[in-house]
Amino acid sequence: MTTEVAPAALVDELRTALGRAHVRTGATELNLYRRDGSNIEGRSSVVAFPTTTEEVQACVLAARRHGVPFVARGSGTGLAGGAVPLDGALVIVTTKMNRVLSIDLDARQAWVEPGVLNADLSRFLASDGVHYAPDPSSQQSCSVGGNVATNAGGPHCLSEGVTAMHVLAAEVVLPDGSIAVLGGEDPEPAGLDLRGVFVGGEGMLGIATRICVRLTQNPPVVRTLLLDFERVEDGAATVSAIIASGLVPAALEMMDAPVTRAVEAYVHAGFPTDAAAILIVELDGLPAAVEAGVERVGEIGRAHGARQVRLAADEAERALIWKGRKTAFGAIARIKPNYYLHDTVVPRARLVEVLSRVYEIAARHELIVMNVFHAGDGNLHPLLVFDKREPGVMERVHAAGDEIVRVSVAAGGVLSGEHGIGLEKRDLMPLLFSPVDLDLQARLRDAFDPDGLANPDKVLPAGSRCGDLQQVPAGAWI
Amino acid sequence: MDLSNSVDLSSFAAEVGADDPVTCVGARCLWHVGGDVHPGAREVSAPAGIDWIAPEEMTVSCGAGTTVAELDAALAEEGQQVALPAWGTVGGVLAVGRSDHRRLGYGPVRDTLLQAGVVTAGGEVAKVGGPTVKNVSGFDLARLLVGSVGTLAFLGDVILRTRPRPQAAAWFRAAEGTDPFALFRALYRPTSLLWDGTTTWARLEGHPIDLDGAVALHGLEAVEDPPPLPPYRLSMPPAALRGLDGRFVAEIGVGLVHLDEPAEAAPQSEEVLALHRRIKEAFDPAGRLNPGRDPLSR
Repeated sequence: MTTEVAPAALVDELRTALGRAHVRTGATELNLYRRDGSNIEGRSSVVAFPTTTEEVQACVLAARRHGVPFVARGSGTGLAGGAVPLDGALVIVTTKMNRVLSIDLDARQAWVEPGVLNADLSRFLASDGVHYAPDPSSQQSCSVGGNVATNAGGPHCLSEGVTAMHVLAAEVVLPDGSIAVLGGEDPEPAGLDLRGVFVGGEGMLGIATRICVRLTQNPPVVRTLLLDFERVEDGAATVSAIIASGLVPAALEMMDAPVTRAVEAYVHAGFPTDAAAILIVELDGLPAAVEAGVERVGEIGRAHGARQVRLAADEAERALIWKGRKTAFGAIARIKPNYYLHDTVVPRARLVEVLSRVYEIAARHELIVMNVFHAGDGNLHPLLVFDKREPGVMERVHAAGDEIVRVSVAAGGVLSGEHGIGLEKRDLMPLLFSPVDLDLQARLRDAFDPDGLANPDKVLPAGSRCGDLQQVPAGAWI
Repeated sequence: MDLSNSVDLSSFAAEVGADDPVTCVGARCLWHVGGDVHPGAREVSAPAGIDWIAPEEMTVSCGAGTTVAELDAALAEEGQQVALPAWGTVGGVLAVGRSDHRRLGYGPVRDTLLQAGVVTAGGEVAKVGGPTVKNVSGFDLARLLVGSVGTLAFLGDVILRTRPRPQAAAWFRAAEGTDPFALFRALYRPTSLLWDGTTTWARLEGHPIDLDGAVALHGLEAVEDPPPLPPYRLSMPPAALRGLDGRFVAEIGVGLVHLDEPAEAAPQSEEVLALHRRIKEAFDPAGRLNPGRDPLSR
């Protein structure tokens, strides 16, 4: 492990702009900020904690003057290595920018700083009858700025859509240090949808310093059903049949038997531990539509072999079901100390086939696999569970993960549904995109960041630009 | 069913070529949006026709030259619809990027496009986006192309997100003196809420019993049609609609105002203009795609 040292002049400039306490170069901070929620480690040389747009701008300008790359980071819960600093980058941490700036209920819009935590925003809005719709499983700790960078999803994105549909505008420090507002409070700002490409830009197109989010009206009625099946195929067929029937549930989640058993032992949510698969189906809206939907989901489930269709009797039971779903990752820690969470999307109609391949791949690599995922979106989340102290296990985990991604793409799916590409899947991009496709994406990146200092070497594999022959040392930091 | 784009774009790409100024023609319904194309630009058209409809995926694939009306009729047979205005071709309405009166309930046009096969300024076929409703694989160039008035690449074929058709749908008029903003807060997700300064109209969709409930609760009266929308549009922050006067029809909760006279759009900052120049330079350095058109004057 080598340690990069930040140029002393850079550190001095940052301290002048941000104050001593907000610029750290100690071993503790550098170690803490060298990784995110993924298993990938990088190298940082200095960590800055700006509190205003101008301070973020000062960080970017100082980094540019010294030719040091910079990486924006929110809570660091990302799972694809998007916030992992490479080559001694300056890490610009936005967690101290955590104010809700304004709320407008006539427009159902709010301006927030990027460090506001996802769940805090909805808690803040609770008395206003609205909420912020994207709800990634990390919502208690992930930031809205990070959600914007990764175009985050969550169970309720089935009916409400992912982050891009809930971000109207962003004030951004562009990679050249200038400040621009992309998008707007108004519905059709003149020009290109720069907001749309910025969301999901993984910190390579600039750093959001204020974000205008769309607020979603709370549904008057919410009903949550739990269905269980003796065969995974029946659960998956139920998912397709529900969507094909014209229902769009608020959420439609599946858990397989290993996950269900782990969760049940952990939170006692009343999940049937002998089922091959359980489905959590949530319907929301006006009462007649919801009641008709509940009826229809029950019929479809029973027609596809559901053993039991349980309607949560009250809010407490509903909360317990969701607690079971959202604490799945904690429950898994009781089985093995480490897990690797994957994220691919496949057409719903191919869920069964891809799931059976996932089980087969894990078995071949002698790994435990558990599946808890957004079935309604076809968004798979295979969890490979392991103990990293076991010699050679990481190689098997990576090999299995690679195969799972390839199988998903071959089935007509995509590389990632909500985690992003980052470093994790960067070199798999050619599975989905041709050289011409990648060249177009590289052109966009170059238009935003001609010098390539904003979170370099993420998303786009080396050679994405037509005629670009330089090689990044693959795996050097992994 | 193979849910990839399977329209062969090679002949469209050959037609677009790589050298001379070209313009992509749909149904010419919104032909002047973004400015007129220089005379002499060679006209090309994207392929038409529906490739497949997958109601269980809530997606459809078609050539960009397909008319929205044809697409909507085919989707209706599957109980689905697409949130595009029925103003011409699929490629045309995506390139223009304007939403119709259903934007409050259905969202902006840009959220409808999942994947596109495009022809670049270099005459090559490329893919942007991905075929699934949820996808964060790489930069979201599909959104960049919506509203780009054909200045970055030409849409050849598309995969669109569909949504179920409602069981019941109708227009209603609110009682005289109703505050449209109060109605906006009270109604649960209307598809449209129009206000002309005096009268408020709502389009409600959903279960018939829920519609009856809303009518009774909010004193709504069923009407045949919404008010005609004046021809020009202005985009405003929805909170600013309260201050409107004169003759207008405004989309409450959205911020679109329909006017009899053209209105000046809010100017963009120098930083945003610079990004536009760099993106155009990166995608179409010779300026051969729809020369004369500018998304900033859309």
